[in-house]
Amino acid sequence: MEMPRPNPEILARKQAVLSRLLQVLPADAVIHDPAETRAYECDALTAYRCPPMLAVLPSDTQEVSDVLRICHEEGVPVVPRGSGTSLAGGALPTADSVILGVARMNEVLETDYDNRFIRVQTGRTNLSVTGAVEEEDFFYAPDPSSQLACAIAGNIAMNSGGAHCLKYGVTTNNLLGVKMVMMDGSVVEIGGAHLDAGGLDLLGVICGSEGQLGVVTESTLRILRKPEGARPVLMGFDDNEVAGQCVSDIIKSGILPVAIEFMDTLCIKACENFAHAGYPDCHALLIVEVEGSEAEIDDQLSKIIEIAKRHNPVELRESQSAEESAKIWLGRKSAFGAMGQMNDYMCLDGTIPVSSLPEVLRRIGELSAEYGLPVGNVFHAGDGNMHPLILFDANKPGDLEKCEAFGADILKLCVDVGGCLTGEHGVGIEKRDLMSHQYAPADLEAQMAVKDVFDPKWLLNPAKVFPLDASESRREVRVAAE
Amino acid sequence: MKPETEAELAEMVAGLTEPVRIVGGGTRGVGGPEAVLETAGLSGITLYEPGALTLVAQAGTPVADIEAALAAEGQQLAFEPMDHRGLLGTSGTPTIGGVVAANISGPRRIQAGACRDFLLGVRYVDGMGQVIKNGGRVMKNVTGYDLVKLMAGSWGTLGVLTEVSLKVLPKPEAVATNAVHVASAGDAIQALSAALKSPFEVSGAAYDPQNGQALLRVEGFSDSVTYRTEQLKSTLSLIGEITDIPDPTELWQGLRDVMPFHGQEGDVWRISVKPTDAPDVVTRLEADQILLDWGGGLIWARVPEGTDLRARLGAFEGHATLVRADAKTAETLDRFQPEPTGVQALTRGLRARFDPRGVFNPGLMG
Repeated sequence: MEMPRPNPEILARKQAVLSRLLQVLPADAVIHDPAETRAYECDALTAYRCPPMLAVLPSDTQEVSDVLRICHEEGVPVVPRGSGTSLAGGALPTADSVILGVARMNEVLETDYDNRFIRVQTGRTNLSVTGAVEEEDFFYAPDPSSQLACAIAGNIAMNSGGAHCLKYGVTTNNLLGVKMVMMDGSVVEIGGAHLDAGGLDLLGVICGSEGQLGVVTESTLRILRKPEGARPVLMGFDDNEVAGQCVSDIIKSGILPVAIEFMDTLCIKACENFAHAGYPDCHALLIVEVEGSEAEIDDQLSKIIEIAKRHNPVELRESQSAEESAKIWLGRKSAFGAMGQMNDYMCLDGTIPVSSLPEVLRRIGELSAEYGLPVGNVFHAGDGNMHPLILFDANKPGDLEKCEAFGADILKLCVDVGGCLTGEHGVGIEKRDLMSHQYAPADLEAQMAVKDVFDPKWLLNPAKVFPLDASESRREVRVAAE
Repeated sequence: MKPETEAELAEMVAGLTEPVRIVGGGTRGVGGPEAVLETAGLSGITLYEPGALTLVAQAGTPVADIEAALAAEGQQLAFEPMDHRGLLGTSGTPTIGGVVAANISGPRRIQAGACRDFLLGVRYVDGMGQVIKNGGRVMKNVTGYDLVKLMAGSWGTLGVLTEVSLKVLPKPEAVATNAVHVASAGDAIQALSAALKSPFEVSGAAYDPQNGQALLRVEGFSDSVTYRTEQLKSTLSLIGEITDIPDPTELWQGLRDVMPFHGQEGDVWRISVKPTDAPDVVTRLEADQILLDWGGGLIWARVPEGTDLRARLGAFEGHATLVRADAKTAETLDRFQPEPTGVQALTRGLRARFDPRGVFNPGLMG
């Protein structure tokens, strides 16, 4: 993976930048010792590492504004960082950059149940947002697998999803407003506790912009009342195609489950060994969850089971207790960890039209044989968001490159069947150079024009999202202007 | 100008020598230049997969055609787009492109989301005449910037939509509506908030002060609707008397289209606020007539022609849009809420990049 070479002129000014930052931040909020900046050298895409020049941990919007103003004046690139759980390299630094971590900003600022929102600082973790409203039986819906650790800031940057977004939508559908610091240090407020934009939907383009348009320090999030109950049913099939057809039939029947998760043989085995959820030994496993009162759950599940029976499942089992449900979900949510025990892995998240599922799975199987690397599939079947996990050995020379090439082939396949490169992880550096497979130059130009408007000097997270050659002239302008 | 294909439209835009007003069916009352660029020639559903809950259509496709195709498969546009014809006294055929360009959503927005939340992908022609695509036809897509959201509700100021891709949802098997009889907007908001805070998935929460009814809709499978309606009644019993409203489909269609205002004189404003702010805002409005939707978060207000409602309101959290006005008022008052300087700079910057010659709907959005 290529990253732009660090600007030696910036590196030479490290001390000057450091002393300016120390004027606006407490000493313990500025990290400059190379032994300590190393902690920020990568995110959850650990295959790529590079320590930043400096890292700062501001405590409030004013401090973020001061940091950005100084970096703007000094022409230093800034890489915003939530909790560093990006699987796409969204928080990977360059050697000439300042990491701006929001971890110290984790306060709940306001909870309002009558109007059903919470306002938080964005360093707060996803799960602790729900934690703050749980007592009143409310929750924050987007639930990425990393929800224990990941920050709202990163969720907004990547427009994160989760297993339950078939019903509740992803981050952008649950984000009502932001306070955002622009690269020049100015602060804008967009949206709030009311619905919809009064003008252009800037909130919509900020969400998912991968930290390239501004640093969101506070956010207003929609919270929902918890359903009375939820229960999953497990279905095992001997054929991926049949499982895919079953998903489509459930959706067509008018039932909207809160989640439909799919696992293939390799993942089923890995997760079962890890969580002992009682997963059946089969080719394709579906976890379908519905919500409501006991009677409503019974009613929906009986309809779903009736549909499943038409497809001759090898296993069909309703969860009998809250404990069993928890185990079933633990297995699914530990899929990455369980696969990680087998080997190093690369996780992709291309999305495909649900109808292409059998074809794509067959083709992934063929590619796996060609590359000689095993792949497990676990994904959100209701919305076509795949998660192929390619296993490789990072210590074996050439394996990473082979894995990257295999991954690129899978993602191109997703695009070719009418889908996209990434459904919830973001582009980051990982899929940056594949963007031109999905988008024509004019399409990319239109997106980059948005960045031109928000961050004219291209200092925020500049080497991400867009192919390096496409963004080069803009980044070059920055250097030349100094 | 009425192109028949996307390529033809792109060519026309590239060759524009004067600003144009972009029109789908011409039902939403967009003012502006004399010259008109119509998208109704780009019509037809290009893809519909009920099992994947996705539909792709050309921008000029009549909304009615889409609703009919969906109904045949027991599905619907869950965001329940409003028909503006009755309120604005316009004629013509509403198009899906118009719905998307104006981000039009109805009562179910409070539960299911707005038009923008169901928009999966767009194709549009920018101000230089280039065809641009963003998003796609899959439900989860974070590949690059979300220009899809930016185009929704941009009222043609950033580009001319040629194709939109939408998530659709099953049509509910049953629907029930209860009216809570209340004495004031404050009591109404209390009832609507209590219902929306419950786990019973209320899909419509409106208030019409003319008959003092706070209206609550529940949809889904029959047994579930019965159960949730009963639960709601016991939750709300202390707030006011509750009555069932049989066959509520037309009622909600009327609320969606602001029927109580039809044929009434005056300007019409649409104000978006935090729901519990509504009673105070309503008092400050001193309107001739109001109607509340979205649990109180959406206020429709009818006032005498020429009233500067924003001046009357003073500072408030939210935004006010002038939806219907006589020609003179439309000239003197901004249709959209003026933005703070920092936000306005972003809006203007985007517009200057997407439409550098300023040929699309000049003067419409700041």
